[in-house]
Amino acid sequence: MKKSILFLAVFALLVSFKDNERKLPSVDIKTLDGKNVNSSTFSNDGKPIIISFWATWCSPCKKELNAISDVYSEWQKETGVKLIAISIDDSKSSTNVAPYVNSKGWEYEEYLDLNSDFKRAMNVNMPPHTFILDGKGNIVWQHVGFKDGDEEQYIEVVRKIIKGEPIEH
Amino acid sequence: MKRVILVAYFAVICIVSFSQENTPLANNQGILQGNMQMDAQYYNPDSTIGAAPVPEKMLMNGFMNINYTRGNFKAGIRYESYLNTIQGFNPKYKGNGIPYRFATYTADELEVTAGNFYEQFGSGLVLRTYEERGLGIDNVFDGIRLKYTIKGIYMKGLIGKQRSYFSQGPGITRAFDTEVQLNELIAKWSESSTRISIGGSFVSKYQDGDKVIYLTHTLNVPQNVGASAGRISINRKKNRLMAEYAYKINDPSAINKYIYRPGEAILLSYTYSTKGFGFSMSGKRIDNFSFKSDRNATGIDVDMNFLPALNRQHTYALMAFYPYATNPRGEISYLIDIQKKIKKGSKLGGKYGMDIAINYSGANGLDTTTTIPEYDSTRIGYTTNQFALGEVYYQDVNIELTKKLTPKLKIMLLYSNQVYNKNVIQGLAGYKVIYSNIAMTEISYKINSSNSVRMEMQHLATKQDQQSWAMGLIEFGAGEHWMISVQDMYNYANHKTKERFHYYNATVVYIKSGTRIALGYGRQRAGIFCVGGVCRFVPASNGLLLTVTSSF
Repeated sequence: MKKSILFLAVFALLVSFKDNERKLPSVDIKTLDGKNVNSSTFSNDGKPIIISFWATWCSPCKKELNAISDVYSEWQKETGVKLIAISIDDSKSSTNVAPYVNSKGWEYEEYLDLNSDFKRAMNVNMPPHTFILDGKGNIVWQHVGFKDGDEEQYIEVVRKIIKGEPIEH
Repeated sequence: MKRVILVAYFAVICIVSFSQENTPLANNQGILQGNMQMDAQYYNPDSTIGAAPVPEKMLMNGFMNINYTRGNFKAGIRYESYLNTIQGFNPKYKGNGIPYRFATYTADELEVTAGNFYEQFGSGLVLRTYEERGLGIDNVFDGIRLKYTIKGIYMKGLIGKQRSYFSQGPGITRAFDTEVQLNELIAKWSESSTRISIGGSFVSKYQDGDKVIYLTHTLNVPQNVGASAGRISINRKKNRLMAEYAYKINDPSAINKYIYRPGEAILLSYTYSTKGFGFSMSGKRIDNFSFKSDRNATGIDVDMNFLPALNRQHTYALMAFYPYATNPRGEISYLIDIQKKIKKGSKLGGKYGMDIAINYSGANGLDTTTTIPEYDSTRIGYTTNQFALGEVYYQDVNIELTKKLTPKLKIMLLYSNQVYNKNVIQGLAGYKVIYSNIAMTEISYKINSSNSVRMEMQHLATKQDQQSWAMGLIEFGAGEHWMISVQDMYNYANHKTKERFHYYNATVVYIKSGTRIALGYGRQRAGIFCVGGVCRFVPASNGLLLTVTSSF
């Protein structure tokens, strides 16, 4: 009885929402200097946004963001894209986020997700996990993991969004 | 009762979802999202490395989250399945169930959650519930939480019971936290370059029963145990200072061997950073600060708080060979970390610059004197010499250099010297302290935009334990979706020459969008596996591992 109702409910949900576009959930996170900010306020004046989940203990994450950092100003000039980096470091390593970010000279918008609330709301299993939002705030593309060269896929997706071309997953 | 709640819960979700189809807001139906993970392992018995036969031959851990959001309303469930649980996880995770379900709504300044929720106050010294799937930790609350925000004042209150595998711990947690952002509260400070926030928490647990039989003695124990904490964070331009202090009344428990000594914890950190340079310094003193909602719980069960380990969290295999986690009974630990980017065009920096990171961290026991073992409420266990250091538990020094040699070629060198007190860290007796020197290099080469190669060579030298190890790894990124890696870890210098084992592994990974499928075959060494300074023991194994993770 319990199980059949459960499956019915889940099925009903899946059927009724299958064509939905994903938007950002609303979760409280902190800036590196301790301000509280809600994730639903992310914006980039109608231009695409890249959101990347990372941690100071995650080497592929750092590779990803360092690789993008090298070309970020060119990306911004060309497309106006903004990158928002969400650190999921907990209190073990969160004090090290600002020194790391600054020493690398990252120019991203940076937040701390100290107890992984935003990570959970975005259904991220493990970092690195990168999302791309179109100008209306819809999540149109995502990618897990990172290997050298993957960053070029990201900027291709951003270019397509700007040209209004369809995005392949 | 449980069934009624569950049925009612889904009835609400169904009504909410169906009713939307009839509204003019048909295209504002809300959002359904989720994710899943499945790890399935097939085991070969391999007596040489100590991998015992597994009666089921195959084991599986899996879960799926489904979250629904519409406007100010959110709800979600997680289904979990352990058929049977993979080796190394607590076998109390057994069977199937829905241990996580919640509904939240926000009405202006108020947020209400009913059901399961994760929470953290400050840095977590008195309260943190979280999940760490890799370790099998999930101490989520089940109850009611309220959050109320008014002009720079952030208040949270909760009452709940904690998850313990597929059931709940016996204790009830009541907790309250307030954080004040002074720059939001005081209008004329709003544009100040100095940002200050202060916070305070109070956490109390209730557990039935006021007597415990310890050894052959009956001890009177408190049914209510309270802990409080205060914190401050000051940011000024490039500087940030954070401090948190916590105090807990007597809390006799299985972890502290039922002593009546109050608990204390202090955490301090200072960072300075500017473009191209970062400095941080942290210190921590923990004295009898395990805080569980069940006084008789051991290990990682029903922890209500989180005591961060300060040492660098290593990710490379041999670097993380001897990992450290905070000792909740007592320790003093410290960390100094410096990171610098050497500019392009300088002598050291070359054409692309070079990154240097150096850190030093350590943890010592407290300097304690054991008191006479009374068996009444004067049983405080020990006294401490407040500022003196006891025995060394752990120490490490790490130096890391990263340099881009050409636009396609990057090299990283990492050296680490570690001291590991095996008896204290693993709760054993009769082992020597392990001194190790570990060096490694990682070379990444980008062939073109979709193909790349990555290589790791690592060496761990020690005269203790199983002596020296070497490790090599090569990974190919083939096209947008594929990754293939092969590695071997070899205990080539083991004094017991018959135990000079190879731990080889080959893995193929396919990634597309939010989905990752990995299939690996090889041997897993018995050892301690840690995430975020919390560790679990993983037994030796040999076999095939399939991991599927996906988000939708």
